[in-house]
Amino acid sequence: MDAATREPIGLTSTQPPMDIPDNDPLLGYLLSAKGAVSVDDLELDSPALERLRSTGVRLLVPLVSQGELIGVLNLGPRMSEQDYSSDDRKLLESLAGQAAPALRVGQLVREQEAQAATRQRYEQELEVARLIQQHFLPKELPDLPGWHLAAYYRPAREVGGDFYDVIPLSDGRVGLVVGDVTDKGVPAALVMSATRSVLRASAQRLIEPGEVLERVNDHLCPDMPEKMFVTCLYGVLDVHSGRLRFANAGHDVPYVKSGTEVRELRARGMPLGLMSGMTYEEKETVLQHGESVLLHSDGIVEAHDADRGMYGFPRLKQIVAEAAERQPLIDIVLSDLAQFTGAGAEQEDDITMVVVERIGGLGGAEEVLAEFELPSQPGGEREAMARVLAAVEPLGLEPAVTNRLGTAVGEATMNAMEHGNQYSAELPATIRVLATTGELHVEVSDAGHRGELRQPDTPDLQAKLQGEQSPRGWGLFLIENMVDEARMTSDENGHTIHLVLRLEGETNDHP
Amino acid sequence: MTTHDLHAAVTDRRGDPVIELVGELNAAAAVDLDAAYDRAVETDPAAVVLDFTRTEYMNSTGIALIVSLLGKARSLGIDVRARGLSDHYREIFEVTRLSDFITILDGSSAQPGADRSSHA
Repeated sequence: MDAATREPIGLTSTQPPMDIPDNDPLLGYLLSAKGAVSVDDLELDSPALERLRSTGVRLLVPLVSQGELIGVLNLGPRMSEQDYSSDDRKLLESLAGQAAPALRVGQLVREQEAQAATRQRYEQELEVARLIQQHFLPKELPDLPGWHLAAYYRPAREVGGDFYDVIPLSDGRVGLVVGDVTDKGVPAALVMSATRSVLRASAQRLIEPGEVLERVNDHLCPDMPEKMFVTCLYGVLDVHSGRLRFANAGHDVPYVKSGTEVRELRARGMPLGLMSGMTYEEKETVLQHGESVLLHSDGIVEAHDADRGMYGFPRLKQIVAEAAERQPLIDIVLSDLAQFTGAGAEQEDDITMVVVERIGGLGGAEEVLAEFELPSQPGGEREAMARVLAAVEPLGLEPAVTNRLGTAVGEATMNAMEHGNQYSAELPATIRVLATTGELHVEVSDAGHRGELRQPDTPDLQAKLQGEQSPRGWGLFLIENMVDEARMTSDENGHTIHLVLRLEGETNDHP
Repeated sequence: MTTHDLHAAVTDRRGDPVIELVGELNAAAAVDLDAAYDRAVETDPAAVVLDFTRTEYMNSTGIALIVSLLGKARSLGIDVRARGLSDHYREIFEVTRLSDFITILDGSSAQPGADRSSHA
């Protein structure tokens, strides 16, 4: 009840306005009163009535508009010190009958002004959130030869905390990020910008995606607002080999589209910002020519139709599988989503998608030229070399290139058999030879479960001759110098050395 | 596949001793190569020649043996020379910088002789 409408008439102007609590019986009485009420005649257990009496109020005239008590005229004693006559009361009641609607209009105008001010503040906040978010999203995507990148971001009216990023790294690698901050508006936008900055910095310093997420999590935890956290998928793509190594902090599982098949990229990990000291599982896949990976946010799968049914993962997975080759995947998903939610439905949450497609080569997908296992024993690398060189013979490599490949394969196999498998005959070295458009890949894997292999010091011949370094330790050095690219990766099954030869001027149309 | 496929024969025809490396130069060749080296330096020569003409295969552990031999020879002031390297192994000698410390001879300049040979 508006206190300003209850300034006692006839009393000194210094009397403060009085608010009558909603549970005071005086309110009910006044609402049902037929007209002006003499304070002296009232017998109510009402604190408000007592206060009115104590300030000298003698007559109460309810102001009622459309059945609602919107105020009370409080009158003190008459100047003549006589009681209010019945004519006085009729005059006051007539006055109240005309004043009440006018007063109600005034009240409504003030309420609307207050609501408009609140709305304006809210809209301004949303605008700030939008600006923060847009500032921290990529302005353009890098141009990666052999790849097609596309991204889509559309904030909900109440801006959520979605973000994505594509981070150029060294050695032909790029970091792929998609994430979502719980909460909406400015707080979410601020956490998103902090996450994005720490992630960018960590991605440049650390190689493994799991380590990057660990670092980001440990940075975010101390200052994360209560009940907020960040889900985030981070992957490192090797643009030469198509290898995508990834870790996931509780974000929606990405899909890889391979023809009409879809595979999920699952890796375990808690969202960022909940608890420090978390570790993140790392997984790996190879994107073949013609395959695409879709990173997405929950704004898609958690969208509802008119009957409150949810879009859901199965439908998204199906639409990705059914999408025709070479059709923009983002457009297809958006079109299906619009059909599901219905025309004109308000978008409930931010929608973010990043699609990374490995463009199909002239010869199509990769071809496995050889795949075999060998028992680990001293000298076993000779057979690996012979079989790999026989497998690549149809490629017609230059003799010098063939010799270099042989040495690299021999050293990688020896490394796997000796260091990875400790020359245990029951632990095999596995060798795969793959040809893709313009590239030859050889993968040599051990079955050693001994954690990361220690990388030897870069060999320094002078130091070796002076006895400051072991005369050994040439294997990885030779490998790196014999092929265009060499990398070592590890997972729960063991270690793999990846060798890449770029076949400049070669074609892939071998038998 | 045996693990003992190197024959390191020392031949010396009036000139510097020549260690002929026949077969596979890998970790298993260590004993043979050491013995051949010891025999080659018995006469306190100014240089030792490593002959790779009939070397079928050399891996990183073989490189390590050459590095050890080179270190021992240098400590005695003995030059080490190499001949008969294929283009590929010559490239490996360059990549590893062995060619900075080992003089690579033209393959035709010193033919392995048979006057006096011994198998280490």
